[in-house]
Amino acid sequence: MRYLPLTQSDREAMLGVIGAPDINALFADVPASAYLAEPIAGLPLHSPEMQVERALSVMAAKNLTAGTVPFFVGGGAYKHHVPATVDHIIQRGEFLTAYTPYQPEIAQGTLQVLFEFQSQVARLTGMEVANASMYDGSTAMTEAVFMARRVTRRAKAVVSAGVHPHYVGVLQTLTRFTDDEVVTTTPTLTTGAPGDDLAALIAGLDAQTSCVIVQNPNIFGHVADLTPLADACHAVGALLIVVVTEVISLGAITSPGEMGADIVVGEGQSIGNGLNFGGPYLGLFACRDKHVRQMPGRLCGETVDADGKRGFVLTLSTREQHIRREKATSNICTNSGLCALAFSVHMTLLGEKGLRHLASLNHARAVQLAERLGRIPGVELVTTQFFNEFALKLPVEARAVIRKLADKGVLGGISLGRLYPGVAELERGMIVAVTETATDADFDAFEDALDEVLA
Amino acid sequence: MTTYYTKDHEWLAVEGDTATVGITDYAQNALGDVVFADVPAAGTVVAKGKEAAVVESVKAASDVYSPVSGTVIEANAALGDDPALVNTDPEGAGWFFKLTLSDPSELDGLMDEAAYKALVATL
Repeated sequence: MRYLPLTQSDREAMLGVIGAPDINALFADVPASAYLAEPIAGLPLHSPEMQVERALSVMAAKNLTAGTVPFFVGGGAYKHHVPATVDHIIQRGEFLTAYTPYQPEIAQGTLQVLFEFQSQVARLTGMEVANASMYDGSTAMTEAVFMARRVTRRAKAVVSAGVHPHYVGVLQTLTRFTDDEVVTTTPTLTTGAPGDDLAALIAGLDAQTSCVIVQNPNIFGHVADLTPLADACHAVGALLIVVVTEVISLGAITSPGEMGADIVVGEGQSIGNGLNFGGPYLGLFACRDKHVRQMPGRLCGETVDADGKRGFVLTLSTREQHIRREKATSNICTNSGLCALAFSVHMTLLGEKGLRHLASLNHARAVQLAERLGRIPGVELVTTQFFNEFALKLPVEARAVIRKLADKGVLGGISLGRLYPGVAELERGMIVAVTETATDADFDAFEDALDEVLA
Repeated sequence: MTTYYTKDHEWLAVEGDTATVGITDYAQNALGDVVFADVPAAGTVVAKGKEAAVVESVKAASDVYSPVSGTVIEANAALGDDPALVNTDPEGAGWFFKLTLSDPSELDGLMDEAAYKALVATL
């Protein structure tokens, strides 16, 4: 596309039509504090393209990238190995399109993949039905809260302290102008069960509660048996929503469905998808069959064509915007097609055996590193029941420690001060994620660096 | 028993202070094959002219409005297994829900069969 700037008289003519005195009048809603007082020092208004490229490359080289250093950052986005086969298959012309095609006449391949993707997600989560995916884990969680309100006709959603704070933030943003009541609490770093508030959640259930949202493993990596919570929710007619941010964990721990969840949402990035600077990601959404008509999003079903041959189509579309308009179950009328395809291809390559092996490898490696780091003087291993991520409590504020580890070329995790700004009781905490990509040399580098920083 | 009709193509069969609600033959014919009916549970309080149920066909999803105000006493469970009853017997076995009337005077504004037939003839 060519760059065709407007002339001053073009601008004046347009401003005249809409009755705005000048261009700044269009940005009147931006708070004054957000404006720069003066141009950024040293940043020229114009510069030749080659110089810009050179300068930005030099700046970019200062980044420590996940693939080049010992890397232990998780918190909802995990660096797993994605085999080259996945990229090769998703880029085949039959699959790679500018827009997800849903028309059964021309897109049987895509629809079949979506159907298989849904089947995989349903089996992983232990649920009866899964949709063709959402934007990401956090928006999937919010959609689950809306769905619970439609099912129960109640509006009080109680969020466990162990749910990722960014997910809670998205929920709070999206419920700002709805009638939903969102109850949240700040977690504690209790050794053995950090962020575990199941007893309090059960005690707080009442006849107004629409749903309880709990993450497993939680933000501190803690894994819990959710069965008592599910039973307690059902006793008062509330739904249990389980969030899974590390989907590989489902290869090793009991699925939310088996523990009694009514809706399971999650982030599917770990399978088939890279870190991608935080997106695009893949929201997973699964529920019980009896609630399927309240489910958001696209749903692909198997059918037979006029000749009696197997085929695939979008189904139960009467839930959706193009038919139900303002009464649709959701604004989403699409899915994360390419990310879902990558998930499905990777999952198929792994198979059940491969996934279980990958999950046990992640867990075994995490246990090894947790034991090593826990032996460093002053460091306490807070999470004792975990999958591939755990919380540590340091003798000093963790935020500065993470910075110093980065200076030594180790990306050691996420400080809780960053996730929970201003919460003094959590500022010494950090979370560390270990995947199959971490080597023994990475472990040595991390242990040595942490030892030195804390010495 | 007296049967009343609405301009939104619902029928209402009243006996004493209870009434049975469904959609008319004209409505089912316009909708096409019905694949799902979402009917209100017993105990639900419905208001005259407000959405009380949803009927889905292969073509569309439509709201069913309650012709009068009242409290639902029974939903037609048979529609769960066989929503096509709405097509095959719309003014009989394909009923949606039964309610107790909270304000019988609301019936005064509804049509009788002759008036409804006259309305349909103009459509």
